[in-house]
Amino acid sequence: MSKLTFARAINAGLRKALENDPKVVLMGEDIGSLGGVFRVTDGLQKDFGKHRVVDTPLAESAIIGTAVGLAYRGYRPVCEIQFDGFIYPAFDQIVSQVAKMHYRTQGRVKMPITIRVPFGGGIGSPEHHSESPEAYFTHTSGLRVISVSNPQDAYTMIQQAIASDDPVLYFEPKRRYHDKGEVDETADLLTALPMEKARVVTTGSDVTLVTYGPLVKTAGDAAMAAADEGISVEVIDLRSLAPIDFPVVEASVRKTGRLVITHEAAQSGGLGAEIAASITERCFNYLESAPVRITGFDIPYPYSKLEMHHLPDLDRILDGVDRALGRGNSLSGLEG
Amino acid sequence: MLTDEVGQDAYKAPNPGISAENPRRTGGNLVQLISPEGERISHPEFDLWVSDVTDEQLCSLYEDMTVIRRIDAEATALQRQGELALWPPLLGQEASQIGSGRALRDDDFVFPSYRDNGVAYCRGVEATDLVRAWRGNASSGWDPYRHNIATQQIIIGSQSLHATGYAMGIQHDGADSVAVAYFGDGATSEGDVNEAMVFAASFQVPVVFICQNNHWAISEPVRIQSHIQIADRASGFGIPSMRVDGNDVLAVLAVTRIALDRARKGGGPTFIEAVTYRMGPHTTADDPTRYRDANELEDWAAKDPIARLQTLLRNKGLLTEEVEAKTQAKADEVARELRAGVINMPDPAPLDLFNHVYSTPNSWIERQKDHYSRYLESFSGSTQEGAL
Ligand SMILES: Cc1ncc(C[n+]2csc(CCOP(=O)(O)OP(=O)(O)O)c2C)c(N)n1
Repeated sequence: MSKLTFARAINAGLRKALENDPKVVLMGEDIGSLGGVFRVTDGLQKDFGKHRVVDTPLAESAIIGTAVGLAYRGYRPVCEIQFDGFIYPAFDQIVSQVAKMHYRTQGRVKMPITIRVPFGGGIGSPEHHSESPEAYFTHTSGLRVISVSNPQDAYTMIQQAIASDDPVLYFEPKRRYHDKGEVDETADLLTALPMEKARVVTTGSDVTLVTYGPLVKTAGDAAMAAADEGISVEVIDLRSLAPIDFPVVEASVRKTGRLVITHEAAQSGGLGAEIAASITERCFNYLESAPVRITGFDIPYPYSKLEMHHLPDLDRILDGVDRALGRGNSLSGLEG
Repeated sequence: MLTDEVGQDAYKAPNPGISAENPRRTGGNLVQLISPEGERISHPEFDLWVSDVTDEQLCSLYEDMTVIRRIDAEATALQRQGELALWPPLLGQEASQIGSGRALRDDDFVFPSYRDNGVAYCRGVEATDLVRAWRGNASSGWDPYRHNIATQQIIIGSQSLHATGYAMGIQHDGADSVAVAYFGDGATSEGDVNEAMVFAASFQVPVVFICQNNHWAISEPVRIQSHIQIADRASGFGIPSMRVDGNDVLAVLAVTRIALDRARKGGGPTFIEAVTYRMGPHTTADDPTRYRDANELEDWAAKDPIARLQTLLRNKGLLTEEVEAKTQAKADEVARELRAGVINMPDPAPLDLFNHVYSTPNSWIERQKDHYSRYLESFSGSTQEGAL
């Protein structure tokens, strides 16, 4: 076991993948001598060479589009999109090509492409540097979408993503890059929890609180604060956003009877809506109150002086928990 | 490698035979009217385009460059002091921005990138407005229609399409103004910039593409973006191009005037590569020592755009104590204005979050705004209680 930051843990996972499989190739802007703007690829070009860790021209559509060609030829490209907001120039290649190739060719052509995306807010950045675009991709069949929440998962799940024969969008919560945690670098990928599985982080009996990525920590803190008030919150880290491991959420909701979902992305058309609807379909009779969503607002990601109002924090989550429990909350007395 | 080539042939004399009607590519040679040693190099054709520049105007170009360097230094300091979240310095690119910015007419419309603060200054944007977004207080600092310059673009290359579209509008309207897009060398790799050139050439619209080749795209040298000189890319799209010494304010002024004049007369798009150098970091969050050789910086410091004009002015006897004092006083004044503007900038109100998402009320957002204001009120209630 070693104590690693989130960023180092991903770095260690990438290193392992490069060592284990000569077909793994890293591509992206500034990932070479600079080691990426977040230093996630630090030292990898030095150790594996410019052909395995490729500084690409500044062209996102080309980064993903050429990865498609590399995958055709048996490579396993790992593409870095520098920031969430810069994935859109590559959107067409991702949703029209990467996602559909396996289906289109009836399984003959595999797209084992991993797309790493630092995402989410909370670091005081300018425009286009704090977005949560995951729902665009969960809406597209053929893509796997995962988001990691701690260094150990970051380490194992990047390797699972690279090993997957399906294309994987790997969302890294950038505001957690410097958080440290224990990482077992000898962890066996075969026995580790598969990346498509959700995990119960904290068990509880009153409310199920579902989240992923950057908010797992916040949700855990909220559960602790709730415990002080005698409320028992079960926190679930989805880990996989497409497909979602509904059985784990379902089992929890059957136990607690109440569901709160929290994410940074805007509410309308977001994952919270999908989870609320699916759980309502699956366990309507077990629900004691309507599912509650605590999310970013339906606005463009705001300038940094206001981002703390946009991002769900501990208090807003607790307010949502109160709502699910029918306790006094900021919306008490309002209908609908 | 392109970087080496630029170093070697950076100061050859330009090709003859270039005019507004025929601004054909300059064959790898840089247009230059002031040498790095501060001597005026005369050129029969390009001279024509700056023959009206009086001594007084030369001094005012010097003042502009000095002022924007000062704004840049002050903003960098403000960032270091925690007053700005981030700042993208333009140190070294003053001649490219002032030379081109001062060539524009008021009714021309600029589409800049995040680094083009000098161009914005030329358009009359207030110093404080330059930093509003970098402080995190607003999404943008100014009204585009007030200054005829769009807000700064962070998505690399996007604005080149906007400029081309604006130029299509000018063409439809039968006007003789020009749309100008500014972007970096790295941007020329993006699809958007290439698509902008396709449209601009197809429709022959009045747009000028100004690429400031500052040799680096964050950590990536220009050779990663282009195997040929950037200016040569344009010819593949059927767009004439010029390659100019971007540290020579007079030469930049001349080529920009040529391109603008051509556009006004219905001649269509022109591509300008201003060969310059980013002497500072990419942004205040960057560490250039990880990727850049210190010698390279030294070589380029010797070609400093301001020092060069200073020598020329001194040799012409124009750099009087009075001119220096006036220039410094102006720089001091703008820097003071910027600092005071930043320190006194009021924080935005929480509910500003919900403003301007749509031009007319939207029920989803109204509901969220209402809910969030109730949520905020629930705190003020509890504080009061606590205070009792
Ligand atoms: C579409 C997109 N991809 C990536 C980035 C991240 N990024 C910001 S600036 C930059 C380098 C740009 O270099 P260049 O175009 O040469 O302009 P310069 O910054 O040197 O003025 C990169 C990669 C971005 N802003 N937009």
